[in-house]
Amino acid sequence: MNIEQVRTDRAALGELFALPAVALVIAIGVAEIVATRDAVMTFHAGLLVLAAGAAGLWLLLRRMGGRAGEHEAGYNHAVVRAGVIASMFWGVAGFLVGDVIAWQLAYPVLNFDLPWTNFGRMRPLHTSAVIFAFGGNVLIATSFFAVQRTCRTRLAGHMAPWFVFWGYQLFIVLAATGYLLGVTQSKEYAEPEWYIDLWLTVVWVVYLLVFLGTLFKRKEPHIYVANWFFLAFIVTVAMLHIINNAAIPVSWTGTKSYILWSGVQDAMTQWWYGHNAVGFFLTAGFLGIMYYFVPKRVERPVYSYRLSIVHFWALIFTYIWAGPHHLFYTALPDWAQTLGMTFSIILWMPSWGGMINGLMTLSGAWDKLRTDPVIRMLVVSVAFYGMSTFEGPLMSIKAVNSLSHYTDWTIGHVHSGALGWVGFVSFGALYCLTPWLWQRKRLYSLRLVEWHFWISTLGILLYITAMWVSGILQGLMWRAYNSLGFLEYSFIETVEAMHPFYIIRALGGTLFVFGSLIMAYNLWRTTRGDEADETIMHPEVASASALAKLPAE
Amino acid sequence: MSAWAKHKVFETKSMVLLIGTLIVVSIGGLVEIMPLYFLGSTIEKVEGIRPYSPLELVGRNIYIREGCYNCHSQMIRSLRDEVERYGPYSLAAESMYDHPFQWGSKRTGPDLARVGGKYSDEWHVAHMIDPRDIVPGSIMPGYPFLMKTPAWSSDIADDMRANRMAGVPYTDAMIAAASADLQAQGDPDSDGAEAVAQRYPKAVVRDFDGDPELVSEMDALIAYLQMLGTLVDFSVYDAAGDNLR
Amino acid sequence: MTYESVTSFAQIWGMFFFIIVFGAVLAYALWPSNRDKFDRAARSPLNDDIIED
Repeated sequence: MNIEQVRTDRAALGELFALPAVALVIAIGVAEIVATRDAVMTFHAGLLVLAAGAAGLWLLLRRMGGRAGEHEAGYNHAVVRAGVIASMFWGVAGFLVGDVIAWQLAYPVLNFDLPWTNFGRMRPLHTSAVIFAFGGNVLIATSFFAVQRTCRTRLAGHMAPWFVFWGYQLFIVLAATGYLLGVTQSKEYAEPEWYIDLWLTVVWVVYLLVFLGTLFKRKEPHIYVANWFFLAFIVTVAMLHIINNAAIPVSWTGTKSYILWSGVQDAMTQWWYGHNAVGFFLTAGFLGIMYYFVPKRVERPVYSYRLSIVHFWALIFTYIWAGPHHLFYTALPDWAQTLGMTFSIILWMPSWGGMINGLMTLSGAWDKLRTDPVIRMLVVSVAFYGMSTFEGPLMSIKAVNSLSHYTDWTIGHVHSGALGWVGFVSFGALYCLTPWLWQRKRLYSLRLVEWHFWISTLGILLYITAMWVSGILQGLMWRAYNSLGFLEYSFIETVEAMHPFYIIRALGGTLFVFGSLIMAYNLWRTTRGDEADETIMHPEVASASALAKLPAE
Repeated sequence: MSAWAKHKVFETKSMVLLIGTLIVVSIGGLVEIMPLYFLGSTIEKVEGIRPYSPLELVGRNIYIREGCYNCHSQMIRSLRDEVERYGPYSLAAESMYDHPFQWGSKRTGPDLARVGGKYSDEWHVAHMIDPRDIVPGSIMPGYPFLMKTPAWSSDIADDMRANRMAGVPYTDAMIAAASADLQAQGDPDSDGAEAVAQRYPKAVVRDFDGDPELVSEMDALIAYLQMLGTLVDFSVYDAAGDNLR
Repeated sequence: MTYESVTSFAQIWGMFFFIIVFGAVLAYALWPSNRDKFDRAARSPLNDDIIED
């Protein structure tokens, strides 16, 4: 019996055993609906029942149609395709919400004085949409793509990868609708309430198992370094998520919970989580993308594999300590602040080690920067990574932080990393993946990639320069004294001074949203197999054509 | 070429990588978080810190629900200008019953750690309904809907029990009187008003929003804001001695 | 457990621990016999079109 037949039989068995699991989830959802007096819980349990019902119906239809266990042969590209579509969708949505709240800060009338549209509820919607919905889907898609290919084996599990994908989308919808309806834990970047956290935990454990299972059955003796970063991202985020979100629900039928930790300990736990959401979600995971997609697109091995090993261990060891730099001069004990500052400054070194490794991968192929805008996007993302990982340690010096903390400088810093590094490296990866996954010879239009690149770069520059100026200005105004020794400015004067910069920032954001729409259009045309007439633009681009010729097995 | 020929449940190299990673990333958290629970010097020894009254707790939950922490910090740093602008720097003790903490990370609006007693109730009500009516340059959203919503639809005693499980010293008496205290704190003429002040020293008992018909979310939120930073008496607080850190 | 006892422990043993861990990583990365393995691994993303199972 050949391996595909074994695999199909096993998958069919898996689909059969999934039915009772689906029934259990439906039962839990229905029980919540019956027992709860909380309208949001009713709504969310209803969504859970609908999602589980859809999954159950799909399983039944396949069984009745005699298609149980059926799947594409070779690598599992279908789930990665779904991930690319979801990434693009949530990306545009998340950038758009971000731009809306940027305009709200410039023109507060846009809050409409309604509960569902005020800045306080919309801002977590933006941060979660871009970090977890966009970034998370990019990471799931790229890690699923890279791990199976560098392991030369099909992604582990038949339904498990699909459970991860759809379970994660359900998590996003629950979290996002919850915020707008006022369901939040108020812990930054960990706002979803206890039951949504539990659901994410289940999804995440399956994600880890799929990833590990693929590593287990790999056909290569050595595990490629990109997978180290992906694995560290998955397990560390699991650890952070569980500890930071430890909470006591008021009732099993209500949405509200109280975090187990309090005050100073909770602050430390939160920023241990918060900074490592940056360190492991937005850095380690995306470095996995860098270590796979940059070499692949450039068609050269990574500059120094040895450096990548040192980079990995030094980065994960150092990052985890950096949290207290969010709490300088606060009621957190000084010894913890000092530790945080020390490791934050040390962090500059592994970060730049990684940046150099990424950039130097182009050595001998720098001309591709000129001819391939996708490579340019990837390279500029690494450059932004280098810039923000220099700025970060700088802002972690206590004296600098005393000025920058609580101001827009922090927001600017975050966005140079988020838009420049995470955004661009994701865009680069998606531009690579789409023709590969849909078996197209090339992207619909490289000229549109050029437009996307320049519009977004301009948007980012407007954003971060506006925030640098407003942040430093506000920090200086807060501490300014007049000649009589009194504080020079009232708080509201410092708010009014921000107005022009908030407009510039929002304009920058608008450009970034616009760029992402161009990208969505370009990718959509690519999936349809369209090719714009721009022969001169298109050099023979890495692997795309080779991949298109690829037989499924 | 297949180095991985034998079928094992756990393949060695990936498990070494997994466990090695877990060990490496655990150290920082252990060293930075665990001592905060065991070092006696972490939280200052001060008089006056008490759990939130039921109405304040409801107000705090509204503060959380509306995401106020996105723009307002509750942590005055030990810097000269902050102490002069907002008052004595915040102590760890002042948030020891905060599940979760609300120190915040951004000051799009001013710090609120000591906003209690700074403005009148009427100021807060008008400001909450239309911030630009009171402070023309303000960019805060308006919250007029708080006036119309009753302060709590379910039983706040359950919330207090959950807090107690997390370590907040609510007594049985406090929990038993929760609903009564909630109503009484927003109604100074009621029979229970005195009991609230006794159970929760320094609790402000007033009809905060000026609407005697309803103990609204506005009452609750203002009750919370009016007690922020007022519990510790800094005229007698000893920053030296045992609390020197 | 006092502040002083914790810091003295951390300052001495923490430093040793960091140096040992970093040394171990460097040794693994630079060990001559690992060179071939790493060179091969570095090319891994470039020729991953062929699935082996």
